[in-house]
Amino acid sequence: MKRSGFSFLARPQFAALIAVLFINWLLFPGFFDITWQDGRLFGSLIDVLNRGAPVAILAIGMTAVIATKGVDLSVGAVMAISGAVAASLVVGGTASWIAVLAALGIGLACGLWNGMLVTVLDMQPIIATLVLMVAGRGLAQLITEGSIVTFSDPLLIFIGTGSFLGFPMPVVIAFVLLVGSTLAVRRTALGLLIEAVGVNRSAARFAGITSGALLLLVYAFAGFCAAVSGLIVAGDIRGADANNSGLWLELDAILAVVIGGTSLLGGRFSIPMSVLGAMIIQAMNTGILISGFSPEFNLVVKSGVIILILVLQSPLAARLFSRGHARPEPATAPRTTP
Amino acid sequence: MNRSLRPLAATATIFVLAYLAAVSQHPGMLSTRVLGNFLTDNAFLGIAAVGMTFVIISGGIDLSVGAVIGFTTVLIAVLIMWVGLHPLVAFAIALAVSALFGACMGAAIHYLKVPSFIVTLAGMFLARGGASVLSPDSIGIKHEFYSTISKSYLLMPGGGRLTVIGGIMIAVFLFGIVLAHRTRFGSYVYALGGNETSAALMGVPVARTTIQIYMLSSTLAGLAGIVFSLYTSAGYSLSALGVELDAIAAVVIGGTLLTGGYGFVAGTFVGVMLQGLVQTYIVFDGSLSSWWTKIVIGALLFMFILLQRLVFTASAPSRKVLWKT
Repeated sequence: MKRSGFSFLARPQFAALIAVLFINWLLFPGFFDITWQDGRLFGSLIDVLNRGAPVAILAIGMTAVIATKGVDLSVGAVMAISGAVAASLVVGGTASWIAVLAALGIGLACGLWNGMLVTVLDMQPIIATLVLMVAGRGLAQLITEGSIVTFSDPLLIFIGTGSFLGFPMPVVIAFVLLVGSTLAVRRTALGLLIEAVGVNRSAARFAGITSGALLLLVYAFAGFCAAVSGLIVAGDIRGADANNSGLWLELDAILAVVIGGTSLLGGRFSIPMSVLGAMIIQAMNTGILISGFSPEFNLVVKSGVIILILVLQSPLAARLFSRGHARPEPATAPRTTP
Repeated sequence: MNRSLRPLAATATIFVLAYLAAVSQHPGMLSTRVLGNFLTDNAFLGIAAVGMTFVIISGGIDLSVGAVIGFTTVLIAVLIMWVGLHPLVAFAIALAVSALFGACMGAAIHYLKVPSFIVTLAGMFLARGGASVLSPDSIGIKHEFYSTISKSYLLMPGGGRLTVIGGIMIAVFLFGIVLAHRTRFGSYVYALGGNETSAALMGVPVARTTIQIYMLSSTLAGLAGIVFSLYTSAGYSLSALGVELDAIAAVVIGGTLLTGGYGFVAGTFVGVMLQGLVQTYIVFDGSLSSWWTKIVIGALLFMFILLQRLVFTASAPSRKVLWKT
């Protein structure tokens, strides 16, 4: 069962990303141009990475939650809360690093609240996180008092728009989170435990896994990721918009995880593949924008992609596929008579 | 009292208490005028919530209802204003389209064995996107049929007005109650939500029922779209954003179990009215900002889920998986 570190290059998702990028290149020949300007990289490809970073970060947390057979609908609302907290604090005169820590802390607290509902009260995850999804945006508006709080704090703006080693800060943050979480789940037993809880929670408990604590950790991590994402989005627009920050991004994050091949039924998961999924979504978004279609058209394309994935992942396709494997190369046989 | 009726009774009691509390502060709320506005303002939500009740009782979820409402309003506006059809013809076409849409989603859920959550999510993207492709801008509807409908109402004692769309909502709720508790389809839905495998073994036609459930939900969402279009006299692709969440909240507050197999259409009615009460109270109070609506509804949602747990852990400690496969 040993797989080499580069096996992900052979996955269909990788081919899909290449295909989407290739189509973008056909539509816009300068797509792969990357230039160095004012100490940072510029180009459409960098833009895809940069714009895709918030969803990628959400997808990292969401992957862990979905691997435990859960789902977190509240991440969009948590993004709004974290942005609102950070913006209100810096506008109120608090030191910017305290504001950032407070926003991350609020995200953790929101995640812990979700985790408590799922473990202690034993609610279904979709319902437990629905509570915060509905109330969270109201709370964010309560914090910002209904207005868009704008700020000029250098640290927050740096998180959203700064650069490090030529790469935009959101990309760097997403990369650090990706590497950190992947190492945490693959170099320790954590990933195995998460999969065990996702496959069968009671069996995992009987096997001695403290599933409650693990679930709390996973939801708290998702909340943390959402808070990071919220800081990035707020820093990007230099303001906290409680109404629109992270709106519907929970759905994009779930979609990214599904495209990455993690089953919604829990169990086997892959964080890098989810990030790849987020990049596929963003590459499609960018492609639609540069090809001149209206952004609304994006939704139609997205639904088309979901349907395609559902059909490919369904037992129906699996049966057809396995039949194809039993008789090798059935498609090439009739081609002898042109 | 029958144990299974407890959540319904609890919801109804809380509604009455909340209403009395609201009246004690603002005596003006105790009038049929306010009641009539309750019905009119929440008509589209109520109609969509009836469909959602059936979906949730069957153990699924339908995230596409808000998008279907938005799509229907745009479709109707396009058919009336650009194609020049009579509104009634446009309504019939809109209902047929939404029914077909729901049937496709139901078929995908059953035959592809995917969680309803993901299929209806795709449906939501498709319907919203389709509506934006039809027309990204809001289209005003000017037709004498619309002005006639909005002018006609039944006068209730006390000066309250039962408008046509309020009446449609009440009719849909009555239809839903009969369908859930007095028909074969209704018992199939409950059986599916209880346990799909045993339902299939008992001879419930699972494929047909699943398709019918989502067809019903989408058709009612289409009807809600018609009502919304009558209510606003416009078609806009972004209208009724997030209504699916309000509908789910109404269903949960109404005492329906999200694990499926248990619930009341009448409870959903109380859930919708409770949400209307929160909104009306905030309007009456004047000093509270609109975001309190979301916070209070979130808190109510939490309270009712907690209540359900307390009532049900005592009686039936059954554990169910989140996703129906």
